[in-house]
Amino acid sequence: MIQTPPSADRLAAVSFWFKAAEVSAFPENGGACVKYQDQQIAVYHFAKRNEWYASQNLCPHKQQMILARGLIGDQCGEPKVACPFHKKTFSLLTGENLNGECYHIETYPVKIEDGYVYIGLRD
Amino acid sequence: MSRLVAQPQHIVVIGNGMVGFKFCEKLVAKAQPGTFQITVFGEEPRPAYDRVHLSAYFSGTTAEELTMAPVEWYAQNNINLHLGELVTSVDATTQTITTHKGESISYDKLILATGSSAFVPPINGVEKEGVFVYRTIEDLDAMLEYAPKARTAAVIGGGLLGLEAAKAAVDMGLTTHVIEFASRLMPRQLDEAGSEMLKRKLESLGISIYLNKSTTAILGEPGVEKMLFADGSELNVDMIIVSAGIKPRDELAIKAGLAVGPRGGIMVNDNLQTSDANIYAIGESALHGGMIYGLVAPGYDMADTVVTNLLGGEKTFKGFDMSTKLKLIGVDVASFGDAFASPATSRSIVFEDKAKGIYKRINISEDGKYLVGGILVGDAGNYNMLLQTVQNKIILPQDPEDLILGSRGGASESAGAGVMSLPDEALICSCENVSKGDICSSVTDGTCTDVAGIKKCTKAGTGCGGCVPMVNDLLNATLKQMGKEVKKVLCEHFDYSRQELLDLVKVNNIRSYDELLHSHGRGDGCEVCKPAVASIMASTWNELILKQATIQDTNDRYLANIQKGGTYSVVPRIAGGEITPEKLIVIGQVAAKYGLYTKITGGQRIDMFGARVDQLPDIWEELINAGFESGHAYGKSLRTVKSCVGSTWCRYGLHDSVGFAIQVEERYRGLRSPHKLKGGVSGCVRECAEAQSKDFGIIATEKGWNLYICGNGGAKPQHAQLFATDLDTETCIKYLDRFLMFYIKTAEPLNRTATWLNKMEGGMEYLRQVIVEDSLGICADLDREMQFMVDTYACEWKEVVNNPELRQRFQHFINTPEPDPSIRFKPERGQKVPVV
Repeated sequence: MIQTPPSADRLAAVSFWFKAAEVSAFPENGGACVKYQDQQIAVYHFAKRNEWYASQNLCPHKQQMILARGLIGDQCGEPKVACPFHKKTFSLLTGENLNGECYHIETYPVKIEDGYVYIGLRD
Repeated sequence: MSRLVAQPQHIVVIGNGMVGFKFCEKLVAKAQPGTFQITVFGEEPRPAYDRVHLSAYFSGTTAEELTMAPVEWYAQNNINLHLGELVTSVDATTQTITTHKGESISYDKLILATGSSAFVPPINGVEKEGVFVYRTIEDLDAMLEYAPKARTAAVIGGGLLGLEAAKAAVDMGLTTHVIEFASRLMPRQLDEAGSEMLKRKLESLGISIYLNKSTTAILGEPGVEKMLFADGSELNVDMIIVSAGIKPRDELAIKAGLAVGPRGGIMVNDNLQTSDANIYAIGESALHGGMIYGLVAPGYDMADTVVTNLLGGEKTFKGFDMSTKLKLIGVDVASFGDAFASPATSRSIVFEDKAKGIYKRINISEDGKYLVGGILVGDAGNYNMLLQTVQNKIILPQDPEDLILGSRGGASESAGAGVMSLPDEALICSCENVSKGDICSSVTDGTCTDVAGIKKCTKAGTGCGGCVPMVNDLLNATLKQMGKEVKKVLCEHFDYSRQELLDLVKVNNIRSYDELLHSHGRGDGCEVCKPAVASIMASTWNELILKQATIQDTNDRYLANIQKGGTYSVVPRIAGGEITPEKLIVIGQVAAKYGLYTKITGGQRIDMFGARVDQLPDIWEELINAGFESGHAYGKSLRTVKSCVGSTWCRYGLHDSVGFAIQVEERYRGLRSPHKLKGGVSGCVRECAEAQSKDFGIIATEKGWNLYICGNGGAKPQHAQLFATDLDTETCIKYLDRFLMFYIKTAEPLNRTATWLNKMEGGMEYLRQVIVEDSLGICADLDREMQFMVDTYACEWKEVVNNPELRQRFQHFINTPEPDPSIRFKPERGQKVPVV
C-alpha cells in the first residue's frame, strides 16, 4: 500500500525501499528523523489524512539538521512542514519552498507494509 | 537571412538587474508560448536581485532572500540565462552581439537593460584601499570584509543612496559621517527645512552630517586614513563609501554607434527605441526626455512599454512621476508630485514639530482646488493618500491643512474620506501599474480574500512594497462594503480570532487541538494555529504540555531552547535572581559534566548551551535532584521576574524586592500566554531592576508598591505605564492576576502586553475600569481562573524525567539511539561553541 501518492516517475526512480521503523514509533501529526547510512531523513505522519511523507532533514535556509522537529500542516490542502528555526515552509509534495524563496528540499515516497514504514530511496 | 514565418523572434536582453528581470517576467506572462525566444546576459554571478532593499543585507537578509527569481525560474520559462558573461560588442547592422567568451548571437530585437554604475568623482586618492562604492552584493561583501578593521566610516554623498549607505555603515557598527556637496540632504527630494529636520534626526542617531563640503583628497598608506576638504578642514576615517550618484552604463551603446546624451545615457524615444529601431533601452541606462530615471517604478513602466509594443500593442512612455517614500535609518522621508512648487504658481502649507522631528509641506494650486505636491519628514503616514490626491486631481476639501494635520472637527469631517473616495483608475501600485479598480475587483469577484492573495493575482505591492498599507486598507474597505465582517482570523484553518477560539475551547470543554480542528476548523492546521491553540489549551486547562507534543513549537516540544546547530540550552529557574552557593556549584558541576557552554543571561539566570536532545532528560534529572527546576526561557510564558538587591542589604531599599520577586515568579511560573511575559521588582525609586521595561513592574514606595504594566524592551522598547499606586502586597497580586488573565484571554497571538494595550480602545483608563472597578463584571472569573493556574502548576521537566515513555521521545533518530552526527563544536575563549 502506497501511503503518499507520488508521481509515477518518482516511483520509477526508487531503486529500493528502506525499512525505517515500526509505524507505532512515529508520532502522529508530527515528524521524526530516520538515519539511513549517512543520510538523515525526516518522516511525517499526517494521521487525519492517513498519509505519510518524507524529506531531507536539512533545512536549506540556514543548513540546520532540523526539519523532523518542525510543525506540519497544510497550505490550501498542500501538505507542508515549517522549519522550527525561522518558519520557512516547504511543500511535502514537491519539496518547493512556499515562502517564495528559491531553495527547495528533496522529498521521498513512503509506503507502509506489515506495520512498518518504508522510505523509497535512490542509489 | 530568410526564415520561416513560424520561427519565434529572438529577443536578447543585456543586463539582468531588476528592470531586465521585470522585462522578462512581463514578456513571458503576456506572450503566447513560442512567439519569442529569450536570451539574457547578466555580468554579475547571480540572477537579478532586489537592489532597492540592498541595505537589508547588513541587517541579516540573505542574498537568496533578495533574489527576484531563482535560476530555475528562467529555465522553466524557456529563458536562456547567461550569468557572469559580459557582452562586449553589439553590431547593429548584422544584428549580432559578442560576449567576452567570444560567443556571438544574432537577435531580432535587442533590449539594453545595462543599468548604471556608481559615479565616482575624480578625487585624489579615491583608488586607495578602504574606498568602496555601494551598488552590488559583491560591493557589500567587500565592505563587510573590511569593516572589522575600521572604526569610522565616511559616506560621500547625502542623497537617497548615500543615506542608504550610511545606514549600512551604522549597521556594521561604525561611527558614521556623511559628506554632502550641496547645501542640503537629499537635494532632489527635500527643501531646506525638510533637510534640516532630517539632519537633526540623523544626528540624534549619532550620524555626523557635513553640508557644503567638497572632498579634495583622500590620504593614507596603504589604506584610507584621512579626508581633506576644499574649505581646509579634514576628517580622520578608516573607510569611505562613495555614493555620489549614478552613471548610466552606456559604454556598449557608444561602441555600437547608438546616440547617447551629452552627459551619458542611451537616448530613447517614447517607445524606448534607441537610434536603432531594433534596439531598445530601459531602466537606468536609458535617457528619456533628457532624464535618467534612477528609481525602479519608472524602469518597470519602461519594461511594460517595450513588452506591449513587441506584442503589437500601443503604449508610450511619457515620463514618470519621481514621487518616492522611504524609511531612512528609521526616519520616514517622502517627496511627491511637485515638491518644490514655486510660490508664483502655488501656495504651501507647512507644519513643523521640532521636538518630534516632523516636517510636512503641501503645495496647493493657486486656485486652492488641487494638491500639486509636497514633502514629508518624520511621519509619512499619509503619503499614499496625498500622492493619490495629486495624481487623481481630487478636489481638495475646504480646509486642506487637514490633509497633514488631521481633521480637527468642524465642518470638514470628511476631509480625505479614505481610500474608497479614490476613482477606480487611481494607480495604487506604480511599480506594477495596478489600479484601485484592479485591486477592488479582485476582492469583489471573490478571487482574493487577503493581502497575500491580492499580491499574488494582481502583483500589487510586490515591487517596492510602499503601497501595501493602502492595499490592505482597500481590502478591508471593500470587504466591509460587501457586508463581510473584517475580522482577525487566526489563519486559513480557523475563521476565528484567538479570543473567540479561547471562548469556544472553554465553553465547549475542548481539550485537544484535533478536537478543535475537527469541530471548528478545517484542513491539517499549520505552524500558526497549532502553537496558538496550544497556548490557549495551556492557559485554559493547564495540562501537561507534552500531552500534545506535535502542536507545540519546537522549544515547547522539547522543553528547552533550540540553538544554532540543533542543540539546546537549559536555563534553570533562579527566581528573582537569588541563588545559594551550593546551587551555583551544582550548575557548574552539571555544565562541566556535560561540557556545556555557560553564560549569564539578561534575566538574572545562568544559561547552559550545547546540550544534545538526548542529554536533556539526564541534565534535568540532575538539576531536579539538587532542588532546581529547569526554567521557561522558552515558550510564550513567564520568563523571569528580575529584582534589585532590596531592603535586606541595600541602604536605600524600602521593601524586600527580592522576596516579592520570588513570590511573583513562583506564582506565575509556567503560565502560557499570547507572548512572553517578563516582570521586575525594584526596592526603591532608583529602579535597579529596570521594572518599567517589563510587562509588569513593581516599585517600592514609602507606603507600599507602585504597579506599572505593559512595557517591553526588545526591538520596539516601550515604557510600562503607571497603573496603580501605593498598593499593599495582596492588592498588588490581585491586580496582577486580573491584568495577566485579561491579557491572556483577549490578546491576539504574539502580541506583547504593550501592543495589546496600544490597540485597546480606551487604553489604560479602560483597563483600570475593568481591573479595579470591575466594569465588565468579570473580575471574579479572572481571579478564579488565575488561582486555578497557580494551583495546577506542575514541573513539566519532572514529568519527563519520571515518565519512561516521554523520555524515549528525547532522541535524535527514531531508528537508532546514536546522536546527531552533524553536531560539531569548536573552542572559543575557553568554552565550546557550535560550528555551523
